[in-house]
Parts: sequence; structure tokens; C-alpha cells
Amino acid sequence: MLVLQEYFDSYHSYPAVKIVEWGKQEGFVDVPPRDLPEILTYCLEIKPRPIWLTHVVNDERQLGKGFCVYLVLHFPEKDFSLTLVARGIIDKFASLTSIFPALNWSEREAQDLFGLVAVGHPDPRPLVFHPGWPAGFYPLRKDYKAGEECKAFKRAPLVFPEMHGDGMFQVSVGPIHAGIIEPGHFRFYTLGETVLHLEAQLFFTHKGIEKLLEGKTIEEGLHIIERVCGVCTVSHSLAYCEAVEKLATVKVSRQALLWRTILAELERVYNHIGDIGNLCAGVGFALGNANGSQCKEKLQRLNLEYFGHRFLRGRVVPGGVKSIPGAQDSQGIMNRLVELSEDFEEWTPLLLEHDGFRQRAVTAGVLKTEVALDMGVTGPAARASGISNDWRELHAHLLYPELKVKPMVEHEGDTWSRLMVRVRETRESFRLLNSLLREAMTGPELNDEQTNAPAIEKPRPMFPAWGCVESPKGTDVIWLMLDDEGKIYRCRIRSASYANWPAVPLTVPGNIVPDFPLINKSFELCYSCCDR
Amino acid sequence: MLKLLLRKLKIGRLTEKGGKTLISHISSDLPKSFKQSLQIRHLDCGSCNACDWEMTALSNSLYDHQHFGIDFVATPRHADLLMCTGTGSTQLLMAAHETYEAMAKPKWVMAVGDCAIDGGVFKGAYASEEGIGGILPVDFKVPGCPPSPDDLMKALLGVMGKSVS
Repeated sequence: MLVLQEYFDSYHSYPAVKIVEWGKQEGFVDVPPRDLPEILTYCLEIKPRPIWLTHVVNDERQLGKGFCVYLVLHFPEKDFSLTLVARGIIDKFASLTSIFPALNWSEREAQDLFGLVAVGHPDPRPLVFHPGWPAGFYPLRKDYKAGEECKAFKRAPLVFPEMHGDGMFQVSVGPIHAGIIEPGHFRFYTLGETVLHLEAQLFFTHKGIEKLLEGKTIEEGLHIIERVCGVCTVSHSLAYCEAVEKLATVKVSRQALLWRTILAELERVYNHIGDIGNLCAGVGFALGNANGSQCKEKLQRLNLEYFGHRFLRGRVVPGGVKSIPGAQDSQGIMNRLVELSEDFEEWTPLLLEHDGFRQRAVTAGVLKTEVALDMGVTGPAARASGISNDWRELHAHLLYPELKVKPMVEHEGDTWSRLMVRVRETRESFRLLNSLLREAMTGPELNDEQTNAPAIEKPRPMFPAWGCVESPKGTDVIWLMLDDEGKIYRCRIRSASYANWPAVPLTVPGNIVPDFPLINKSFELCYSCCDR
Repeated sequence: MLKLLLRKLKIGRLTEKGGKTLISHISSDLPKSFKQSLQIRHLDCGSCNACDWEMTALSNSLYDHQHFGIDFVATPRHADLLMCTGTGSTQLLMAAHETYEAMAKPKWVMAVGDCAIDGGVFKGAYASEEGIGGILPVDFKVPGCPPSPDDLMKALLGVMGKSVS
């Protein structure tokens, strides 16, 4: 990225912009906080447009650097990622949301958890914290020590915007919903049947995982990271391990990479199939739902049989993989997957050719391309809106460059498109799994326990690293900084759900209230890894 | 339609009763009328979603909880048993309490998964209880991270005083 390097070299400011590190794939640049908006504006004008990986606020006052804002961007053309860091923030920083709306939630979260002020933020309402927390409670500051805060919480009514007019109704739904699903409160402002506006109040399942991670060892951290999201275990732990491996400059063996790729694709397949089935539940279409859930169950049983866990937990470890099947089992997995993919081809036409279902899904919940770009939407939701970004194609990692992954793109941005992206990606994943398992059958076997994972020794202290993996819902990014003892200093979890949730309410106006479950399920976002 | 019928014939019966018989001699404190049918309300108190998915799995054709007289209901007012997952996140406590209060007596609470029992890996987080035992009276516990649908089914049948041989 010569253009960028030249730009930073010739950028005049006081104090000056400092290129800390500049490699072929990654750059790390120190910028003065007040110049960050201008630099970000420049970066966003580069074509093809960079994508947002993560935005992290960190309390480095103990290191004499004040509060720091890290912003990681990825430039798809050269597979180059740039970390911009603004140091020395005391109590406020210039908001970047008006320039890049994707940072909206992240900056509001920084206000809640660090007590900083995002100056010029267009919507500075609290995000993570509901009303009722004691004043001056900023848990992510380093001088905060966990105590009895959960007891100090006194619930106060949630605040929503007022709306008045003839025939105007507010429909409030949640936080406890009718099905077996996670908690979130939705406030629909409707005129007749049509929704005018939707406010989503999430963060009911906020536990404070990022604070909990601080001071934990790498191994303890992995246990928690695996449980940030129940169904994206592999993606989260892969992203975490990638970050750890970057800091410890560990090289992962090809055989381990192979199995990691297989695990990631297995996770995609069972999630996508489950999501396709669930989408049918959103319109009460029992046939589709039953077939989807059967197929998902069979895949999860395959996970249990060959990998010891229905959600594939405990297989990915820093440096490698753990207790993975041998050649004979690979054959077994492949046979089962072939059967299941044939089954998949048999039942999907039942719903794809169903007129009633089609009529509900087509034109419901349209996410426009420009909105998706501005909001930094990721995963199937972005690809259904005509944005060809699939991290497996954009970034050389695992065995994806050899597999030549094609992003599955649809252009309408409606529920139907999101469904079709999932259907096509499932087929593609079955194909990828087939060729990966073929290699696994012929390749050398790993020994049973702890495989050939190299030990993690002396990871680089006080330096940030990120890992990013395309989960079934989009890119999961883990940003990690370790302290001098190799323990976690700060870990930021930016899941796909966190990136996509802000876009969901924007797709609802113009639709009717009963379409919301369908639209919501077509994004299929998790509350847990969003709320953390 | 023809395709559908053919598929149905090919698959046959999926539900895994498969020759197993229900035995109902296990001791259970539940009143007699609840041993035939149990209505459940799910409550997510800050879980990672894995326990919730395993509960959802109970309704797929392979487990099919309904043929045991077990059903998940949409409102706590119709429920006999509250199945709680998650650690008990602070911002949800009031809603959890209200859900419990809305249930008619007699009522029971089941803590599903390690988090709901004692906080699991999330012990010590600032915005969370250590298990839902701190806020609701727990009657039954199902350990596991997450407990498998088989574990859940066994636990539910156990509550009803039944087991599958």
C-alpha cells in the first residue's frame, strides 16, 4: 500500500504522524487524536472502499499514554490492514460516527464503559448500560476493581423517543419473547399496520466479559472466548488464536490449518442450515422448519461423534488443534456429509418453490447497498445487498487461498436474498469440505493429544494484535493486547452480530409488524456476542 | 406434493422412541396431574445461546418433546416450569423476577447449564450474578456446558417421574 505510506509520510501535523510498523500485510500508525477524522476521511475515499474490522478504546493511563483509540481498517485490494492509534486522550475524543456511521455503537459503548465523551456524536444516548447504574461507574477503566456493582443496579424505566399523532401506536415487545430465544426489547412505532420506526434496546445479556478477560492467562481466556457465542465457537476461538499466534510469532502447521478450516466450514454448514430452517419458523412454515432442524441435528450429531462436542468446542487451541480425527474418520465424516448434502438438495426446493413462503420473503426488510456499506454490515447480510465481501476471499488465511472461495452475492437486499446467500453458501461449504476431507484422508495423522501445537512462549507484551474469521453471521474480530506476564491486558470482542445489529432496525420501516420476526431471523443475529 | 410424500416414505419415522418404553416409577414431588403433561417457559438470563439452542433442538423431529406431553409455551402464565439458562445478567434480573411472578402456583424452576447453576466460566463478571439461584428459588439443576438435548430430556422426564428404558 504505497499510496497510504506516501500519504502518511507527507502528512503534516503537530505532533507528527508516526509510522510505528509497516509491513507487506499490516501497517501500524500513531496519529494525533485531532487528526484522526481527516485521516479516516482520506482512507474511506480509497477505492475499493476499506472495510471496518474493529474499533477499540483502551485505558493506557498506567503506561502514561492516556486513553487510546485503535481503529483497524482493511483494504481489500492489496489485502492490507491498517491500525490507526490515537493516544493521549484525557476525557474526550472527536467522534468519527458522522464520517463513518459503522462506528456509532462502538463510540457510544466507549462513553458508557470508559466515561469518555465522543464529541460531535450525532446520537450520544447510552447504549450498553440501561438506566439504573450508579454514577461514575466505568468498569473498563483500569482503576476499577470488580466489586458488588451488580447489587448497586437499581432498575429505572427504559427511555424511548416520544412520537405523537393521530393513529400512532407504540407496540412494545420483549425483553422476554414467546419462543426459545434471547432477550431484547423492541419498540415499534406504527401507523396502522405499517411500521414507521423501530427502536431496539439490546444489552440485556451484558455480563462484562471484556473486563472479566483482563488478567486471565491465554488458556483461561480461550475458555471464555469459546463461550461468548454458543454457535460461533470455532470462529471466535480461531480469531482469538490468530491474535495470540501473531503476538507470539508462532507458525501453525499445515495439517492444523487444514483441520481448522474443516472446523470453520462445519460450523458454517450447521449454522446456515439451522438458519434456513428457522427463517421458515418466522412465517410459521412448519415444513421448512422441520426439515432444517432435522438436518441441523444430524450435523450436530456428526460434530459430537467425531469432534466430541455438538458445538465444536475445545478443538481449536493457540498454535494448533486438539484431538482431531484420523484418516479413517475423515472418510466417515465425508460419507455422512455427502448424504446430508444430498438430503439438503432434496428439501430446499420444498421451501424455495413454495409460493406462499416466497411471497412473504421477497421485498421484506430491504437493506440498501449504501446503507450496508455505511453501517459496516458484514457476512451474508452484506453479500445479500450486493457487497462482494467475504473474508475468506479477501484475506489470505487458513487454507482459503487454495480453495478459491467465491463470494455468493445477491443484489436485492431483502429477506429472500439473505436466504439465497445462505443456501448457496451451504452448497459451497459442502464442496469445500469435500476437498478438504480428501486431503485429510491422505495427509499425515496428528497424534491424539495436544497434536503438534507449538508452545506459546514470550508473546510480545503491550502490543495490539487482531484476529478475524468469517463466521456464519459475518466477520468475528478479536483484538488482543497482552501484558508483561503474558496475561490479557485488554481483549475486545467485535462479533458479526455487533456489526450488523445497528442495521436491522433500519430495514423494518415500511414493513408490517408481523414481518419483523421474519426479517430478524433473516439476519439471524446473536444477542449474546453482541451484548457480551 | 408427490415429492413430499415420497420423501416422507423414504425417511420414515425419525422420532427416537424406537422400542423404548416409558417407565413411571421414579419418585417425583410433582402433583399427579403434572406427571402427564408439563408446560415450560424458557427464560434466557444471559446465556451464550448454546443451552437455548439445545432446548430448541428438543422440538426437532428426532427428539420431539411433544410426544412426552412436554411443551414450551409462549407466556409464563401458562407455564408450570421455568427453564432458566445463563448466569443471571444484572440488566435482566427484574424481567426475570417478573416472569417468575407471572407464573401461576404451583411452579418450579430449573437451572439449565453450568452458568445457571453457579455462573460457569463467567464467575466474577461485574454485570452478572453467579447463577440464577441468587434471584429465583431453583428446584432442579441440569449441569453441562451446554447439557445435551438427551440430558435435558432425561431431566425433564425425571421431573415428571418418568424415565426411558
